[in-house]
Amino acid sequence: MIAALGFGIIASVLMLAAIRVVSSPDLVRSVLWLALVLVMTAVLFLTLSAPFLAGIQLLLYTGGVITLMLFGVMLTSRQAGVEIRNEIGAISPAVLFSTILFGIMGGAIYRSSDALPRPAFASAPAPDTEALGRAFLTEHMLSFELLSVLLLAAMIGAIVLARRRDFGAPEPAPPSERTARADEETRS
Amino acid sequence: MNLSAILLLAAGLFCVGVYGLLTRRNAIGILLSVELMANAVNINLVAFSANSGSPLGQVFALFTMAVTVAEVVVGLAILILLFRSRGGVLVDAAQELKR
Repeated sequence: MIAALGFGIIASVLMLAAIRVVSSPDLVRSVLWLALVLVMTAVLFLTLSAPFLAGIQLLLYTGGVITLMLFGVMLTSRQAGVEIRNEIGAISPAVLFSTILFGIMGGAIYRSSDALPRPAFASAPAPDTEALGRAFLTEHMLSFELLSVLLLAAMIGAIVLARRRDFGAPEPAPPSERTARADEETRS
Repeated sequence: MNLSAILLLAAGLFCVGVYGLLTRRNAIGILLSVELMANAVNINLVAFSANSGSPLGQVFALFTMAVTVAEVVVGLAILILLFRSRGGVLVDAAQELKR
């Protein structure tokens, strides 16, 4: 009963915050609502007996991605706080499409709910962090290492893409020094 | 709290993300919507993992998180490049590949 109540609270906060993320005209607020969505997802992970994932979610998303997104919003607005308004385009076809999509998915979930184990989360012991670590370092070792290569490639790609074109070129001498040197050369 | 309720919640979050993806014109708003959708998928994976008792779902959820973070990093770099070259990040203004 209490678990159902808690899940209801988490789910309603999640849905409200998600709707605010896509409907807020101010992108900075949108990013902050997304932070709320991610924190509530971490809480949901805690209730699903995945504490390690909840910690990773908080560290990686709320710590890293939200900060990065805020920097992105502020770097790509022409003057800070002026042009981060976001035009929301054609509305009604998008509402129709996502409602139909939700109807299809919800219908499929409802129809297959008999096939799902009815007393869920009771039959098997939940996987703990130790099992997760073992799975990472034995069975999924190759994917784990490939993931680190992917992260390295993304890091290098971001640096190469976002650097200025004249990065690393020899700096031109400051004009005062240059004119002084030219004066010396003409004098000699 | 059964599995169907969590799956319904994740489907709802995914559809909200799809709505944002279709309506946003600012590229950062599109990235935010993609984050929402990836988050919904993660909820599904963790729910199935807790339901079956196997850590495989959590392994996949961690992979999804890392790939999403890489996507955000490269996407923001491209956005900054776009902003530098044309002074704005509205996606329907960038049409060079159409011509």
